[in-house]
Amino acid sequence: MAKKKFVVGCFDNEEALFPAVKKVRTAGYKIRDVYTPFPVHGLDHAMGLRETSLHTAGFIYGITGTATALGGISWILTYDWPLNIGGKPHFALPAWIPIIFELTVLFAAVGMVYTFCYLCQLAPFVKKHHFHPRATDDLFVMVIECTDKTNVDDLKGFLTSNGAIETDVQVAEEGWWWGRYDKDDEKTLEKKIVAA
Amino acid sequence: MHLKYESQLREPLVNGRKTYHDVTEEIIRPIEAKPGRLWYMGFYIAVALLLFGVYSVYRDITYGIGQWNLNKTVGWGWDITNFVWWVGIGHAGTLISAILLLFRQGWRTGVNRAAEAMTIFAVMCAGQFPIFHMGRVWLAFFIMPYPNSRGPVWVNFNSPLLWDVFAISTYFTVSVLFWYSGLIPDMATVRDRAKTKLRKYLYGVAAFGWTGSTKHWQRIESLSLVLAGLATPLVLSVHTIVSMDFATSVIPGWHTTIFPPYFVAGAVFSGFAMTQSLLLVVRKVYHLENYITIGHIEAMNKIIVLTGSIVGVAYLTELFMGWYSQSKYEGYTFWYSRANLFSPYGWSYWGMMTCNVMVPQIFWLRKARRNIFITFFISVLVNVGMWFERFVIIVTSIYRDYLPSSWSVYYSPTIWEIGFYLGTFGLFFTCFFLFSKYAPVIAVHEIKYVLKTSGESYKNTMGAIEREPVEEFAHEYAH
Repeated sequence: MAKKKFVVGCFDNEEALFPAVKKVRTAGYKIRDVYTPFPVHGLDHAMGLRETSLHTAGFIYGITGTATALGGISWILTYDWPLNIGGKPHFALPAWIPIIFELTVLFAAVGMVYTFCYLCQLAPFVKKHHFHPRATDDLFVMVIECTDKTNVDDLKGFLTSNGAIETDVQVAEEGWWWGRYDKDDEKTLEKKIVAA
Repeated sequence: MHLKYESQLREPLVNGRKTYHDVTEEIIRPIEAKPGRLWYMGFYIAVALLLFGVYSVYRDITYGIGQWNLNKTVGWGWDITNFVWWVGIGHAGTLISAILLLFRQGWRTGVNRAAEAMTIFAVMCAGQFPIFHMGRVWLAFFIMPYPNSRGPVWVNFNSPLLWDVFAISTYFTVSVLFWYSGLIPDMATVRDRAKTKLRKYLYGVAAFGWTGSTKHWQRIESLSLVLAGLATPLVLSVHTIVSMDFATSVIPGWHTTIFPPYFVAGAVFSGFAMTQSLLLVVRKVYHLENYITIGHIEAMNKIIVLTGSIVGVAYLTELFMGWYSQSKYEGYTFWYSRANLFSPYGWSYWGMMTCNVMVPQIFWLRKARRNIFITFFISVLVNVGMWFERFVIIVTSIYRDYLPSSWSVYYSPTIWEIGFYLGTFGLFFTCFFLFSKYAPVIAVHEIKYVLKTSGESYKNTMGAIEREPVEEFAHEYAH
């Protein structure tokens, strides 16, 4: 993963953040991400993010669970080891519904959580660059990716005029790496670089 | 610009004039401070109980469960009573997180984290009982279907006892996932303000590298919504299936179709009571009165009186059916073994009636619902009552069966049965104490999320706006 240059603008409330996001986008800048301490509803639309399809994945995992349970139990109780229980049918579907239901839920839940962690690159010992330590406390941190043409000072001024209380330029790794949070690695050291 | 609107008639969910930073500060403070003397005292008592439980279980394994007072007639006694009791308690967490999320009940945010944790610990306790009841606990893995060299001989998928295995293990897994996925952002908050290296390291691991990206929030919201949608039928299914352990049998007292809804209502009832007992202590010890407000307590008390009345109706329906069925066995179980105060176990039935049906009726009064001491007292009584209920259902139905020659003498537990039960209390509270020390007991990000719509200061602002004349309002805010 390569390092990139980012302009960071911090806002202290979401009322200022929304218009700022809109203006930054209309001005043609590319918003890398907005880091918020809690889910701000509508921000994803304002940023032009598409809807997540995590629920579709959940549905697929769910029917996988249904099929596994139905297939497994039918195979076991009708073919592999049919038990004669009071002469009742071997294919006793109503009695299997509880387990089929439970496995549907289990597969859907476990699958979705793993997919979620995979998509968001979340795992123990995963480390990422954090643009501002207060992004998980009370600041809304807008991160704009710089291109060759970006005039950093202009952009910082633009953010400040739109309500940012703090602006900054950071060169950082954009992906994730294995690391520990009690140790600084090279990837996060190079923080403040004054743009030419 | 206000992003959301909420009626002024609703009480604020967060009291005091709080900023986002205050919320972080106040909820996370107990994690960063040294625990007080009360915490240590409670923790040591819990560990002592746990050790006694471990010793009792060690004896169960060494000498077999013959050291319990179970016999041929009363084959299920304290162990299964405790199992059902703990599973029931384990229902409030998911109910609060899942069903109240689907119903968009804002007040869940103050209590869901602790309730979910309680759920997980209660299910852990519940699981011990059937596992050790098997006797040869080292063969417990036989309950899982897996290809084996004994045929393969499979488990019986038609049996409610096996449904239970699937229901409870699924419920446990889903609850843990639900709980932890909500905990990740808060762990990141703790990590980012950590001062010591050790704390930075540990919470860094626990937070999974969470940054707070908008895309991630979008996904986690979708995840929790779908998990809530899955957990809602799941939570209903779990106690339904537990009730089928009884209802699919032909024992008078167990063989009733009313069991599934009745058990689910009872589970919610006892779960909320346990949540009340714990949260009333937590809010006091950690000074969280602004986040777990009297409004939260009142909301939970309303659910307690509702579900308590539902189980009350179920008890009366059972009595009615005991007479209406004109089956002498049903009649004997319901009208002699249970409802007759002077029958050997009559005390348990009337204990149940008093604690579960009569006492909670006081919550029809608003004053009582909003009184902390009454609430605490009743929440403890409800849990006692719910234990009686399970005991009534299990023991009074089987201690005198069809054949008087096989009637049991009076069943009472040995010290090792009691020790096992106390041990699960130890397990539960040890886990809960550790949780309350090392994780935020209130979902920090969810409180921040409702702060601007339901926080006290913001509600006042909205109130002021509402009182403005329409034209002025339109002029000021509409553009």
